Amino acid sequence: MTSQVSSPAGQQSGPEGGQDSGRDADNADNKEIRRLDRVIIRFAGDSGDGMQLTGDRFTSETASFGNDLSTLPNFPAEIRAPAGTLPGVSSFQLHFADHDILTPGDAPNVLVAMNPAALKANIADVPRGAEIIVNTDEFTKRAMAKVGYEASPLDDGSLDGYSVHPVPLTTLTVEALKDYDLGRKEAGRSKNMFALGLLSWMYNRPTEQTEAFLRSKFAKKPTVAEANIAAFRAGWNFGETTEDFAVSYEVAPASSAFPPGTYRNISGNLALSYGLIAASQQADLPLFLGSYPITPASDVLHELSKHKNFGVRSFQAEDEIAGIGAALGAAFGGSLAVTTTSGPGVALKSETIGLAVSLELPLLIIDIQRGGPSTGLPTKTEQADLLQAMYGRNGEAPVPIVAPATPADCFTAALDAARIALTYRTPVFLLSDGYLANGSEPWRIPDVDELPDLRTQFASGPNHALDDGTEVFWPYKRDPHTLARPWAVPGTPGLEHRIGGIEKQDGTGNISYDPANHDFMVRTRQAKVDGVEVPDVEVSDPSGNAKLLVLGWGSTYGPITAAVRRIRKAGDEIAQAHLRYVNPFPRNLGEVLKRYEKVVVPEMNLGQLATLIRARYLVDAQSYTQVRGLPFKAEQLATALKEAITHG
Amino acid sequence: MAETSRSAPTAPVSEALSLVPKADGKQSMKDFKSDQEVRWCPGCGDYAVLAAVQGFMPELGLAKENIVFVSGIGCSSRFPYYMNTYGMHSIHGRAPAIATGLAASRRDLSVWVVTGDGDALSIGGNHLIHALRRNVNLKILLFNNRIYGLTKGQYSPTSEAGKITKSTPMGSLDAPFNPVSLALGAEASFVARTVDSDRKHLTSVLRAAADHPGSALVEIYQNCNIFNDGAFEVLKDQEKAQEAVIRLEHGEPIRFGAPAEDGLGSQGVVRDRATGDLRIVDVRAEGTAEVLVHDAHTASPTTAFALSRLADPDTLHHTPIGVLRDVRRPVYDTEMADQLERAVEQNGKGDLSALLHGNDTWTVVG
Repeated sequence: MTSQVSSPAGQQSGPEGGQDSGRDADNADNKEIRRLDRVIIRFAGDSGDGMQLTGDRFTSETASFGNDLSTLPNFPAEIRAPAGTLPGVSSFQLHFADHDILTPGDAPNVLVAMNPAALKANIADVPRGAEIIVNTDEFTKRAMAKVGYEASPLDDGSLDGYSVHPVPLTTLTVEALKDYDLGRKEAGRSKNMFALGLLSWMYNRPTEQTEAFLRSKFAKKPTVAEANIAAFRAGWNFGETTEDFAVSYEVAPASSAFPPGTYRNISGNLALSYGLIAASQQADLPLFLGSYPITPASDVLHELSKHKNFGVRSFQAEDEIAGIGAALGAAFGGSLAVTTTSGPGVALKSETIGLAVSLELPLLIIDIQRGGPSTGLPTKTEQADLLQAMYGRNGEAPVPIVAPATPADCFTAALDAARIALTYRTPVFLLSDGYLANGSEPWRIPDVDELPDLRTQFASGPNHALDDGTEVFWPYKRDPHTLARPWAVPGTPGLEHRIGGIEKQDGTGNISYDPANHDFMVRTRQAKVDGVEVPDVEVSDPSGNAKLLVLGWGSTYGPITAAVRRIRKAGDEIAQAHLRYVNPFPRNLGEVLKRYEKVVVPEMNLGQLATLIRARYLVDAQSYTQVRGLPFKAEQLATALKEAITHG
Repeated sequence: MAETSRSAPTAPVSEALSLVPKADGKQSMKDFKSDQEVRWCPGCGDYAVLAAVQGFMPELGLAKENIVFVSGIGCSSRFPYYMNTYGMHSIHGRAPAIATGLAASRRDLSVWVVTGDGDALSIGGNHLIHALRRNVNLKILLFNNRIYGLTKGQYSPTSEAGKITKSTPMGSLDAPFNPVSLALGAEASFVARTVDSDRKHLTSVLRAAADHPGSALVEIYQNCNIFNDGAFEVLKDQEKAQEAVIRLEHGEPIRFGAPAEDGLGSQGVVRDRATGDLRIVDVRAEGTAEVLVHDAHTASPTTAFALSRLADPDTLHHTPIGVLRDVRRPVYDTEMADQLERAVEQNGKGDLSALLHGNDTWTVVG
C-alpha cells in the first residue's frame, strides 16, 4: 500500500495504523471531522440481521461518493442458522480509500457487532485500537452464554485497548419507530438500517440513494419503507447528537486513482453476467444459458434470467448434466451457449465437456469456484478447480482456461472466453471464484463501441472437392490457421451432417476407428488449443533487478499486488506477473520464468498452478498456499514473500 | 402410407411443425438415407424402424436441413448416422437434455430423439421425465428391446424380473419399468406404443407423434435377435397376438381377441364399478354396453395409466398398442419464445449501454 489509514480516536498505531492526513476545523455541531485516506469496516451479525444488505448499501453510498473500494461478503451456507450462534454469523467487509486499493483489507478499523456471536466470531481479526460498535440489547446473559462468554466481554476487560461504543441499537430503533404501526419485533428488524445510518454519519456518506433504494425495495409495503428510512435517519441523528461519537471522518474521493470515465460499482457475478450479454450482442448470436442452481454461481442464472429482452434464453435444468447438455444442444443450433456452475457441478458436467471437445462446438463453462472437495465450503472461496478444469475428463480433452483477476475483470474475461470459444470452436472454461463473484469494486463502464467484434461465420456451402470434382461439405475440414472446424448449423441446406462422440475421420467426420487417424485427431485437438492466441504475460519489475518473481492467477491478483507494493515500499525488489490465461499459457511465460532466480506461486489451493508450471517449464517454482475459504491477506503474503526474498 | 414413400404435396401443416420450412419439391425415402453403411446386426429390429422412419419422413414434406436426430448411446443411438439430416450421436442418456436446448433455441427445427431402454430409462431417466413434463417440442423414439445390446447382453430396466443374463446368472432382482406408465406419470402429453415389425402401425404412430405439439414419447418394441430374440414374439405371432395385443384407436371401443358376432374382438375392457380399476371381460357373456371407448384426448391420464397396467410384464399379455394419450398443453419452447417477445414489449429491445450503466454511476473527469 502506498498509504495507510489514519488512526481513529484513541487508536494509536495498530497494525493498520498510520497518521492523520488532515484535520478539519470543527463543524457546526462542534464535532470534529477527521480526514482519513482509507478505512476498513466490517458489519457482522446474525444471518437474519441483514448484514449483506447493510454492506451493499454502504458500498453503494461509498461508490457514488467516488472512493475506490473493495468488498468481501462472508456468509454461512445455511440460510438461517439458529439465531445467535457462531455458525449463523454473516459479515460484510468494505475497504474504501481516497486512492486506488486492491483488496477488501486485512484488518477492520471498525467492527459493527450486532450480537455476541458476531463479536466472538470476528474479534480475532480486529486489531487493538480499532473501533467496535456493539448492539448492547443483544448482550443478554443467555445470548452470551450461547457463544461461550462466561462474563460480558463488554465489562470484563477483554476489549481493553479497543474503542468500544456500546449502543442499544434495537431499543433506539424501536423507540424511533414508535409512531409506526409496528410491533416491537418488526420494528427491531430495522436495526440494521439504524446501524447503517450511524456509520453513514460517521463517514459522511451520501444518503439520498439509500433512501431511494428503500422506497423502491419496499414499494409494495410503504410503511416498511418509511420505517426503514426513519430508522436510517435516526441512526444518522444519533451519531450527530450523542457524545459517545465525538469524531466523524472523511475519506476524499479517489479522483486521481481513476482514469476519466463513467464508473459504477460492480460485483464479479454481475460483471460476468453483463459480459455474457455483451458477448452475445457483439457476436450477434442469441445467448442460451443452461444451468442448475448452485452456490456461488446462481446469481448469474438469476441475472441473465432478467434480461430476456436481449434475447437471452435461460433454462433451469433438472440437473447439472442437463444444464450443460441443453447448452451444447443450443450451441449445435447456433447459439452462444453457456453453462454456469461451481466445482461439484463441473464434476457432473465432465462427460459433456468431453463431448463438446470432440464435437468442437463453442461452449462457455463458467465455474465459480468454492471450497472443496465434495460439498466443501459452498459460500467460501477457493481456487482448487484448476486441475479439474485442466484435466478432469476422460481421454485427451484439452480446454482453454480464462481466469479473471478482479470482480470487474469478470466482464472482460467473459468476452475473452467467448472470443476463444467462437474462434476456435471449442468449450472454454472461465474460472471465477466466490471472492470475485460476491466481492465488488468500481468499474469504468466501457463504451459499447470499444467492445471487441466477435462476429463469426457459419458455414454456408460445400468446403471440399472430391477427386471426381464433386463439391461436398466436410464438417471436420479445418481452418489451416486456427484449426477450427466449420460451424454448420441445422437449417443450412446441403450441409446436413452427423457428428458424435465417437472418434471421427479427419475431414469427413465419419466414424473412424483407424489408429493413425485417432492419433492424428488427438494431436490436432491438442494443437488447436495450444495454438489459441493469448496476449503475452506482462511482468512488473520496475528496477529490472528483482531476483524473485511472484506469479499468480485469477482472484489472487489483488492481494498479491498489494503485497508487492508493500515489499517495494519497504525498499525490496520483487517482480510480479499474473496469468489471466492458464491454458494455453502465454507464449512468453517460459522465458519470463527463466529470467528469475526464484519463482513463488501463491494460490488458494495446494499448489495446482505451481504443479503445472514445474511440469511444463522445469522451473523450481515454490508454492505458497492457503485454503481457509478466504482470500489472502496482503500483509501475510508480503511477509511470506519478504521471507522468500531474504532467505532465498 | 409406407410403401410408396412419396409425400402428398398438399400435406396439411400441423401446428407442431408450423414453423419448420417445407421442402421445395417432392421427397422420397432415399433422400433420407445417408451415405453411411448401416452397421446393426443382421436381422436387428432397428432396420425395420429405420426403414419406417426414412419412409415416413417424405410425408411430412419438411426441408430436411431443418430436421435433426439426436441420440444417446446404445445400438439404437447409431440411428442419426443413417439419416441424411442433421444429427448428433451424443453421450449416454443425455439426448433429451441436448435436444431440449436445441429445440428450445430453434423453433424452426423438427427435433427427434432416438434412444433405447437403457439409455432413456436407466442412465438418462432423469432427463426423459423432465423433458416430458416440460413438454418440449421433441419426438422421442424409445427403442425397447428389454436388454443391453451394445454392452453384450446385460439386463435392462425393462427386462422382466428373474431374467437370466450375463450380469444376473441367478436371475434379475429388479422390477421392470413400464415405459408407457412412466411417461404418463411424468406428465407426458403424448404417449404411444408400437412394434418394430408392424410398419403400418409404426408409421401411423409416427404420424400422430409428428402432428403433436410438444413432447411425444413413442415406445417401439424392438427385437434384439442376438441377446433377447423373440422377446415380443407373442405380440407378433398372428394367433397369439389376437389375445395378447389390445389395439387402441381413439373413439373406438377397446375390444380385442377372436372376433365376436359383431366382428370386433370378443374381449373388452370395462371399468370395475367396485374398484374403479379396469378389467377384461368376455363381451359374449357380459355384453358390450360397458366396454370403454378409447379417448386419447381426455385431460386426465388416469384411464390411459390404467390401460398401460393391463399388460403382464412377464408374458406381455394384454399389451396396449397405439396412442394412449394425446392431449394439448402449453409447449415449453413456444412459451419460452413468448416470454422473450413479452420482455421486448414490456421493456423494449435490450440496450447494452443502458444495461452496463445501470442507475448508480459517477463520472471522473480528466
